[in-house]
Amino acid sequence: MSALTAVLRRDLRLAWRTPGDSVNVVLFFVLSTVLFPFGVGPAAEILARISVGVIWVMALLAALLSLDRLFRQDADDGSLDLLALSPAPLEFLVLGKVLAHWLITGLPLIIASPLLALFLQMPREAYPTLLLALLIGTPTLSLIGAIGVSLTLGARRGGVLVALLVLPLYIPVLIFGVGAVEAASAGLEARPHLLLLGGLLALFLPLSPVATAAALRQALH
Amino acid sequence: MHRYANPAQFQRLARAIFPWTTGLAVICLAAGLWFALFASPPDYQQGETVRIMYIHVPSAWMAMFTYTAVAVASAVLLVWKHPLAELAARAMAPVGACFTALCLISGSLWGEPMWGTWWVWDARLTSVLILFFLYLGQIALFNAFDDPTRGGRAAAILALVGVVNVPIIKFSVDWWNTLHQPASVVRLGGPSIDPSMLLPLLLMAFGFTFYFVSVTLIRIRSEILARRLRALQFAQGAAEPAGARRASA
Repeated sequence: MSALTAVLRRDLRLAWRTPGDSVNVVLFFVLSTVLFPFGVGPAAEILARISVGVIWVMALLAALLSLDRLFRQDADDGSLDLLALSPAPLEFLVLGKVLAHWLITGLPLIIASPLLALFLQMPREAYPTLLLALLIGTPTLSLIGAIGVSLTLGARRGGVLVALLVLPLYIPVLIFGVGAVEAASAGLEARPHLLLLGGLLALFLPLSPVATAAALRQALH
Repeated sequence: MHRYANPAQFQRLARAIFPWTTGLAVICLAAGLWFALFASPPDYQQGETVRIMYIHVPSAWMAMFTYTAVAVASAVLLVWKHPLAELAARAMAPVGACFTALCLISGSLWGEPMWGTWWVWDARLTSVLILFFLYLGQIALFNAFDDPTRGGRAAAILALVGVVNVPIIKFSVDWWNTLHQPASVVRLGGPSIDPSMLLPLLLMAFGFTFYFVSVTLIRIRSEILARRLRALQFAQGAAEPAGARRASA
């Protein structure tokens, strides 16, 4: 456990020194979402209809773009080899890194989402559910992304390949996340969708560190 | 099992069983197609269009079966480090992708006259589409590394992560309200399909399976030879003096 917090504190401290990472992710999220009113016209009914889907898909893509920083720096300067050689279980170290990654990139997305919901004319009743669904969904996105980015460490054109591997696994999160917020904006129960989102988080919370650690070990041979 | 880790042993086994599986594939497919196209009755509701089922359902079964086989080969690779397991997974993945594509296309062709739409985003079709993307990701991962063993191990981990999709596909028609019809063959209480249709369906399924085995055997043998070629190229590159080595070697 102390290994997890040690890695967590280290990554957070490193990110604190280069705040550009968080800012870039949020800026991409905001800018790409704001393109939609220009694309489909400013009519409120159309924007409100597509708001939930657009915010979720853009959050997905922003999370995808942010994945590279999860292992890239450590792989380049050799810290990843040191982490893999340490006596602490690699799974816990991975969990610490993924948690740090979510705090650095996922949490800013959640904080930015009400502003974007305002831009896209989302119904007011859906705001709390949007925040809650993103709160449950974005850690899952970080966990799934960790699997993808660890599998492609050292591959040619790894960036595009990560998208190809990770997006099919993102689709269930997208389906239930959008389902929850759409239900809330229609005045229906969002709880079943949120519970299924939580189920996905519960599935990937143990699965991702195990798969990622296995992938890292075979990548660092 | 480890006896067949020796490529020569495997080649002997493959050469022995290949004619049988190919012959059985031809016989089953011929008999299945005869029954499917001529000797079985049209559906009371769908008429003659039901005959697409004899292609669509076996390819769907093969798509799921192949992914499970790839996952098993991946587990064998990661746990026992059996060298042929990597070649088997590499050989089976594109075949499975083709079966999935066949399933999606034949289903689409069936859906247009029956449901009035080429595509619908219900749980069964969506999860099979995800299966297709998982196959494509696997194939991409296999080919993304210069060292083939790296690619094999990475793809093995991806296969094991994605195998959770296979039971989701199977039970999607039970867990969700889908336009796709519920299970009528592999279900509690036995098949609900008429025996005159079940026979050609099973014949086609066996034909597809024997075809899959034959094609996988061909592909594994090709992979073994490709590895041998690669090893020879490396040995030749190392044997040349350093000054005489050219970029094209």
